[in-house]
Formats: sequence, structure tokens, C-alpha cells
Amino acid sequence: MFRRAPDRMRDQVTFTFDGNPIVAAAGDSVAAALLAAGIQACRTTPVSGAPRGPYCMMGVCFECLVRIDGVGNRQGCLVPVREGMKVETQKGSYALPAEAGQ
Amino acid sequence: MTVNRRYPDPDIVIVGGGLMGACLAWGLSQQGLRVCVLDEGDIALRASRANFALVWVQGKGVGFPAYTAWTKGAAGAWPGLAADLKSETGIDVGLDQPGGFTLCLSDRELQASVDALERLHNQPHAVAHPYEVLDHSQTKLRLPAIGPEVSGAIYCPLDGHVNSLRFFRALHAALKVRGVDYRPGHAVAAVEPKEGGFLLKGPWGEVRAPKVVLAAGLGNAHLASMVGLEAPMKPSRGQIIVTEKASPFLRYPVVTVRQTDEGGVMIGDSEEANGASLAIDHGISSVMADRAVRMFPILADLNVVRTWSAFRVMTLDSYPVYEQSQTCPGAFIAMAHSGVTLAPQHAYILARAIAAGAIPQDVSVFGTRRFHVPARA
Repeated sequence: MFRRAPDRMRDQVTFTFDGNPIVAAAGDSVAAALLAAGIQACRTTPVSGAPRGPYCMMGVCFECLVRIDGVGNRQGCLVPVREGMKVETQKGSYALPAEAGQ
Repeated sequence: MTVNRRYPDPDIVIVGGGLMGACLAWGLSQQGLRVCVLDEGDIALRASRANFALVWVQGKGVGFPAYTAWTKGAAGAWPGLAADLKSETGIDVGLDQPGGFTLCLSDRELQASVDALERLHNQPHAVAHPYEVLDHSQTKLRLPAIGPEVSGAIYCPLDGHVNSLRFFRALHAALKVRGVDYRPGHAVAAVEPKEGGFLLKGPWGEVRAPKVVLAAGLGNAHLASMVGLEAPMKPSRGQIIVTEKASPFLRYPVVTVRQTDEGGVMIGDSEEANGASLAIDHGISSVMADRAVRMFPILADLNVVRTWSAFRVMTLDSYPVYEQSQTCPGAFIAMAHSGVTLAPQHAYILARAIAAGAIPQDVSVFGTRRFHVPARA
């Protein structure tokens, strides 16, 4: 759906999404890097489980939530991608520590 | 004058389409009346969209035992209301009544809560409600996520909560199913007693009906005197914080912290004597958030996604006002800050009374006569 403009390919960084390596440009947001790699769904909703992907790209809509380096519900559009970053699908709601549950 | 061909002339007009007005409209249509609801628009001051959504009995009615009874009755009638709305609209309002907690962050707080409940139960004509006083470890057995600063808790098995936005939507969906003439964008500027009824006017035109109910919340203040009624209120503002949705961790509602059926955590709700500004006071939000995190340390990791403030429909003594005008019979006023908890009483008992044209003895204790006790020398 998205194609990277030729003059926008700066230094490359590599990160993983659900374990698969993805090459991005330094300075990309996580959400932009996912879209550029053709990934459209990065989370499932807590209520219905429907797949969702980045939408507003400016920190408002919360559609781009992902797990980043083990921390859930990060807004992918507000986090610059970094070398070696481990990004994962945010499945449903933020998982609180198990010992807190009942 | 607005000509509305879809609906015949109403038997009764309700001013206000919030939880109070919608419950009454629903109940009155069940009594076979043709009901018209004149409501403001989306940006109206509307506690119905801002409340904390508790169905709460614990501690209510100090100095007014009839209010304890009225509230207990409401909690008992809630499952019936939820079931009626489900069968009429298919909407599940998320009612959950597992009992509720007041968590205390010091022994002094716990003692103050216990003292208040003892006052409630020792007053003349007291109406009792069940409760338990729990220490830290007894509380932790039922609420494993509490932090070390929680010194104890009060638990009342009658308490619960609901998804109040879905409840509000269900009521309006039910009004539509029943053919109630609901008119948004119809703020009422004046109510005039006329031969055999009332004339309601606004920039949109006018409507005439033999009966009228003022259920306009804060708006009752300027409407009541037009039909010989009173709406004694005091300013009361509350703030609420909402977090992102999280996996379930809180089985029971706590009076200031609850996890909704969809996973978001609501942190409430301040009580400020402010009737002027809705600007968020971050000092107050900070105290609310800090107390919530001390109660449940895992909340510290959650992002806040919304905060808001709203005005309560708070009467002078905080108890409801239900009354029929003596000088203009057929005009009623109904207002209460516990529009969620008391919803079944409004939808069933109060609506039936208004349809019958008389407020029964046990409900008339909520009239404004109580504000006119002569001051003692």
C-alpha cells in the first residue's frame, strides 16, 4: 500500500516484528516502518479481537499500539525505530502482571 | 411553531433526556402515555455521560434513613431493569453486583469509615445494610492486587457497577422502540401554565401538554419557579481519570477505582464545591492517581487515556428531590445526583406515580418541604 520515496532512504536500521527482521530508515517511527514494510495490522482490539493498524500517525487514535521490547500498549507512531528493537503485535488489552490477577 | 406530523400531541412532556429524563420517559411510555422528551444537544452539561457508574448502597443515608431504603430498593431492582432493557433493545448494560469495597490507606481512614457506618446504623429509624470491616490480609484475600499501604476495607455485598454509557444508549434505544417523541436540540427556555396544561417554549418553537416533568438536571434551577416548584442545589464538581484497557485484575468495584467490563480502569471521583469551571485541576487528578496507585501498585504502569470533569446534579442536602407542584398541579420535578444507582426507582416507581398524578407517601419524603424547617433559636 505504501512505497518509500527514493530520497527518504537514510541510514538503515534493522528491527523485528513478531520475530521477523525488517529493514527501516533511521528516523522512521515504528508505525511508519511497519506500514513501509507492508504490515497493516499491528494489534487486535480488546473488545472484539478485530485486527487494527496505524491510522492517524500523530498520537491521537491509539490504533497503532504495539509491544516494544516487552512493554505493552506503546504508540508505534510516537516511538522512533531503533537498531535491534523487538516489536510485537499487541494482542488485546495490556497484560498486567499475572500475580495481580485472581 | 414546529409542526411535527410523526407524533400526536403528547400526554406528557419531559424536559431533559439524561438518565433521569430517559428513565422517566421509558417508564411513562410503559404506562401507556404518549411521551415527548425535549432535550439539549450533544454539548449539554450532562452528568449522564460523565458519571462513575457505580450502583452503590454502602454508607448512603446518614441523617435520612428513607434514602438508605430507597437506594437498597434500587440496587435490588437493577437486575430487572437490565433484563428489561436487554429484551427490548438487545443491549447488555454490563450490570455486575459482586459487592463493593471502600479501601482505606490508614487506620484513621478505616476508623472514620467504620464510624460513619455506625452512625448510619444507630440513627433513629435506621435502615440497615449488610457490611463487613476487613483488615489488610482479609482484604487481600479478595483483592490480591492491593498494595501494602492498604490498612483495611469496608465491604458491602449489595454494591456493584454498570457500563453507564451503554446503559444510557440502551435507554434511548428503548425510547425509540417505544415510539417516544425524542427531540434533541430542543432546550426549553420557558414553561407556562396554561388552561388544562403547560406550554413549553424555546427558539425551536413550542409544545403543549397536560403534564410536564422537569428532569433537566442543572437546568431545573431556572425552570422550576415558572411552575411553582423549587430546585435547591449546590455546586459540586467531580473529576475522573480513565486508563487504557488492561487485562482483568479487579473483580470488585472500589468506591474510587473500578475496572470496566471492557478493561479500562476508571479512577474517581473528586468532590469539589465548584460550579463555575470545567477545566481539569491537575492537582486534584494527581491526588486521585496517587491514591489509586497506593491502593493498586500495578496501576502505575498503565497509561492514562482520558480525564474529564463534570458537574453533579447536587441538591442542597445531596438527597433526591421529587415533587408535584401545589400551585400548578401536573408539573413535577425530579432530580438526583445518583442517576445511575436510582435508575430503576425512577423508571418504575416514580414514573408510575407521575402517570397516576400523585407522589405516594413513601416517596413524598423527598419533597422540598424538608428544606423549610424553621431554624431553631
